[in-house]
Amino acid sequence: MKLTLKIWRQNGPEDKGGVVTYPIEGVSEDMSFLEMLDVLNEGLTAKGEEPVAFDSDCREGICGMCGVMINGEAHGPERTTTCQLHMRSFRDGDEIVIEPWRADAFPVIKDLCVDRGSLDRIIQSGGYISANTGSAPDAHATPVPKDDADRAFMAAECIGCGACVAACPNASGMLFMGAKITHLGEFPQGQPERDARVLSMTGQHDEEGFGGCTNLGECSRACPKGIPLNVISQMNGDLLRAQRHRA
Amino acid sequence: MATSTISAGKRPRTGSILLKTVMAVTGVIFVGFILAHMYGNLMIFAGKDSFNEYAHHLREFGTPMLPEKGFLWIMRITLLVSLVLHAASAFLLWSRAGRARTVRYVQRKGEWATFVKRSMRWGGVALLVFVVFHLLHFTTLTINIGGTYDNPADRLVASFGEWWAVLIYLFAIACLGMHLLHGIWSAGMTLGLNTSLDMAERLRLVAILVAVVVVVGFALPPVAIFLGLIP
Amino acid sequence: MTAPLIEGLYREGEPIADTAAPAGPIAEKWTQRKFDAKLVNPANRRKLDVIIVGTGLAGASAGATLGEAGYNVKSFCYQDSPRRAHSIAAQGGINAAKNYKGDGDSIYRLFYDTVKGGDYRSREDNTYRLAEVSADIIDQCVAQGVPFAREYGGLLDNRSFGGVQVSRTFYARGQTGQQLLIGAYQALERQIGAGTVQMYARHEMLELIVVDGKARGIIARDMVTGEVQTHLADAVVLASGGYGNVYFLSTNAMGCNVTASWRAHRKGAYFANPCYTQIHPTCIPVSGDHQSKLTLMSESLRNDGRIWVPKRREDCEKDPRDIPEEDRDYYLERLYPSFGNLVPRDIASRQAKNMCDEGRGVGPKVGDFRRGVYLDFKEAIGRLGEDAVRAKYGNLFDMYKQITGEDPYQVPMRIYPAVHYTMGGLWVDYDLQASIPGLFVTGEANFSDHGANRLGASALMQGLADGYFVLPNTIRDYLADGPYEPIDVKHPAVVEAQDAVERRITTLLGINGDRSVDSFHKELGHIMWEYCGMERTEEGLRKAIDLIRSLREEFWRNVRVLGAADTLNQSLEKAGRVADFLELGELMCIDALHRRESCGGHFRAESQTEDGEALRNDDQFLYVGAWEWGGDNGDPVLHKELLEYEAIELKQRSYK
Repeated sequence: MKLTLKIWRQNGPEDKGGVVTYPIEGVSEDMSFLEMLDVLNEGLTAKGEEPVAFDSDCREGICGMCGVMINGEAHGPERTTTCQLHMRSFRDGDEIVIEPWRADAFPVIKDLCVDRGSLDRIIQSGGYISANTGSAPDAHATPVPKDDADRAFMAAECIGCGACVAACPNASGMLFMGAKITHLGEFPQGQPERDARVLSMTGQHDEEGFGGCTNLGECSRACPKGIPLNVISQMNGDLLRAQRHRA
Repeated sequence: MATSTISAGKRPRTGSILLKTVMAVTGVIFVGFILAHMYGNLMIFAGKDSFNEYAHHLREFGTPMLPEKGFLWIMRITLLVSLVLHAASAFLLWSRAGRARTVRYVQRKGEWATFVKRSMRWGGVALLVFVVFHLLHFTTLTINIGGTYDNPADRLVASFGEWWAVLIYLFAIACLGMHLLHGIWSAGMTLGLNTSLDMAERLRLVAILVAVVVVVGFALPPVAIFLGLIP
Repeated sequence: MTAPLIEGLYREGEPIADTAAPAGPIAEKWTQRKFDAKLVNPANRRKLDVIIVGTGLAGASAGATLGEAGYNVKSFCYQDSPRRAHSIAAQGGINAAKNYKGDGDSIYRLFYDTVKGGDYRSREDNTYRLAEVSADIIDQCVAQGVPFAREYGGLLDNRSFGGVQVSRTFYARGQTGQQLLIGAYQALERQIGAGTVQMYARHEMLELIVVDGKARGIIARDMVTGEVQTHLADAVVLASGGYGNVYFLSTNAMGCNVTASWRAHRKGAYFANPCYTQIHPTCIPVSGDHQSKLTLMSESLRNDGRIWVPKRREDCEKDPRDIPEEDRDYYLERLYPSFGNLVPRDIASRQAKNMCDEGRGVGPKVGDFRRGVYLDFKEAIGRLGEDAVRAKYGNLFDMYKQITGEDPYQVPMRIYPAVHYTMGGLWVDYDLQASIPGLFVTGEANFSDHGANRLGASALMQGLADGYFVLPNTIRDYLADGPYEPIDVKHPAVVEAQDAVERRITTLLGINGDRSVDSFHKELGHIMWEYCGMERTEEGLRKAIDLIRSLREEFWRNVRVLGAADTLNQSLEKAGRVADFLELGELMCIDALHRRESCGGHFRAESQTEDGEALRNDDQFLYVGAWEWGGDNGDPVLHKELLEYEAIELKQRSYK
């Protein structure tokens, strides 16, 4: 396949940046999207141009490190991560626009790499169950209904890639946060901190400069793990409950 | 050494979910009002007298427990406060969303979401303008269309004899329908009602149902009057 | 006096021994060690600094636990968030001797299975302890909210895994590693929030600081600004994972590297059993030269999938659905009737290679060779129904379809072995302390628990055992003698380390040759896979050593690294890692060459039984080969740690 790539290049956080066009040939449909970028980078290196910086690590769709905007869609046209997107989703002659995630809470570091530390700070503010090492009771001490455990698992599938924020017209991080709150809130072990967790995390979310949610659902549509919108509603409900409890 | 657990003291005073909750609650108040309003409008099909009686009765509602127009004023104040809160929250969230992404994408998909987002914001502004017009028209009687009359039913029938007035009202009703379609769903989400995929379906259904009922219910009187179906 | 050069490649030094494990019955050693290890007063803990490199299961759990205990922890990872460490990709599960199924499991049986699975090349004491703390891990994780699979009664579900006959594997669909890591990550983030752990994401350790023979800190590069930083501490923990990426193509993440371990090795830490690598049998086959990594599918697939190749070569091109039962060779079931498709990984991998070498491989030709065997779920779909298969393996099937474009519900999957895990690593004693005092090594980065082959669902167990329960109890014995004397940043050892790092960066950027870093890495990987992969020979290994040496020479003359030192520069990062792989690769080949026996993942063609099984040589090789760095122009020095089996009788492994 022959393609035309339009890639956002930005030398550093302070640089203004802009789109640069690169033609590329010899792309096979068995390549993953990132392998296609590897080929581009090999070519750039041979020509003495600095390769395009992009993040990736596991390349099997689970670490959440990769993620770019492809033709205006987070992770591209399929519901998967960028590393698991394969070139068979494109056609010969296509023009592909590649941009970094855009949100003020995700400042660009270089080219397609952004800083998603804001997501870590949301977790720091309460996205955990406090269980000091060695203090745990036997795992079978508290049975958990299978449905609850399954829902928790569904929410816990979040890989923290940030596609939800990138896709959201308001650059909101509610799906990410709702997933964590739903995951921990489904377990008996998560109850003691449930109120404090939602209060603290939602506060941190706003402090980081994410936008508010308008329930449009773009986040869930972009989520490579298919996390449903109801985790946001769950979080909203939990917040109301927590505020009642505190009042 | 034990570590302290979460400190719950960081909450900013106006968290975005709190603003959303305000919008949801005030929105629900409006939905209630709108349904009642629609019911009242439909009285015109029972004849001008019934309609006038209904309008008059609104003023006396609750008397003698309440002074005359007491109920009306409670309603007016509630609605006004709701409107101010609803709009203020919306504008705050709007501006926050703008600040959350100051560098825009070169290319963007998701046209439907963008359309819905814009329809909520600009449609909301349009509704605000319409509400002012509507109050000047039927409440303060500042604007007169098709002449001046001393009872509500005549004023109604005369106004909707004018094609452009019908158009203004139909446009506003369409805006309202769009606003409700997403607004009711969104309020349900914000109030924590969507807790499963099934609930999401039901919530969507309720939103569609209410929106359709409201659009049809409000559009019937002006259209019927314009077509001369109301004597 | 220098020892004589053996085979022109290495010298032999003094034997070493693990002196940290207490004497006494194996079942009481850990309790005894915990009691004997000195305590640190809670008030003193905040005066003690601990550096932890890596935030996978072993690193994040250690960071969280030491942070909770009140030590000052500095945690480093090269990813943008500690949650992305490659433990996250582990799919299948985690073993624990809970015996919740009542099927005769016990600590002793888990210990026995692990030692046997490791082909009797692991240290008994460490492996026993691993089995002993395994049950605590499950309790800890459940308390943290890890969403393990459950039965309708609300209790935890288990499944069985390769190489064992009990159900002791806890799992969270095909994302067990992810869920466990997120649990540990959240515990770590909690400590970061509490201020006991300072997190340095996008930082890469490039040198170990050794002062007066003790590990006292690291030099790290801030990968965003390029700043070369000095971090000093009372102890350094390496939890930096394995070195499978020396093969270029592996199931490791793109960034997995040996640099932290290798830099420590060059500073005096012994590297043990580097040739023990695990080739995982169920990976998606290579599709072409562009390939950047291989994707593993959980070996839990072997519970229900049946592995076969056509009986006749001429059938290899046919649509597998058109090949009748009688023309299929379910070779694992044929060769190993009692374990069948559930034989340990090393055996399953080697047999797949044998089938392909016989010309009975399937799938497209890469080069002029078909590398693939079928993993067929038709029988399972018939027996359990498609929905049940989907519930169990749906995400794996989806992943397979995403990558290959084929639907495994319709067509059998194609699988082929790929490098997956490295059992070798830095040598540690029972306390997980390396041969440099103050340097501790946990998880895949150390060598201790898996011998020559790791059983499925044991890596997660080891990472968390080390991080949550072992290291925090053993490191305190070392820290109790601290705080160690403060070190000035102008100390010659610190300056030397810092200069070395800066010099290396300048050199790499200054070569400006013709070849990209990746091209060197690919070539190295090819050499390693060809000669130090699933089957190793004397001749091949000698050839590999020569090839690696000349490739390394060319690398330092001809590599092209563009960009600057003071920004994010991914070529520069890769160049440093590949430079270290080029040194490690040679040591792996030397280790593989010197070990003239077959054991576990190390299969020497010269040492096999009549029917082609690995043949150990316990008389000569019942030891851990711990290598000391011999200097840039010197030769590696082998220190042998003799393995003693007291609790378990040495046997030839059999899964027939």
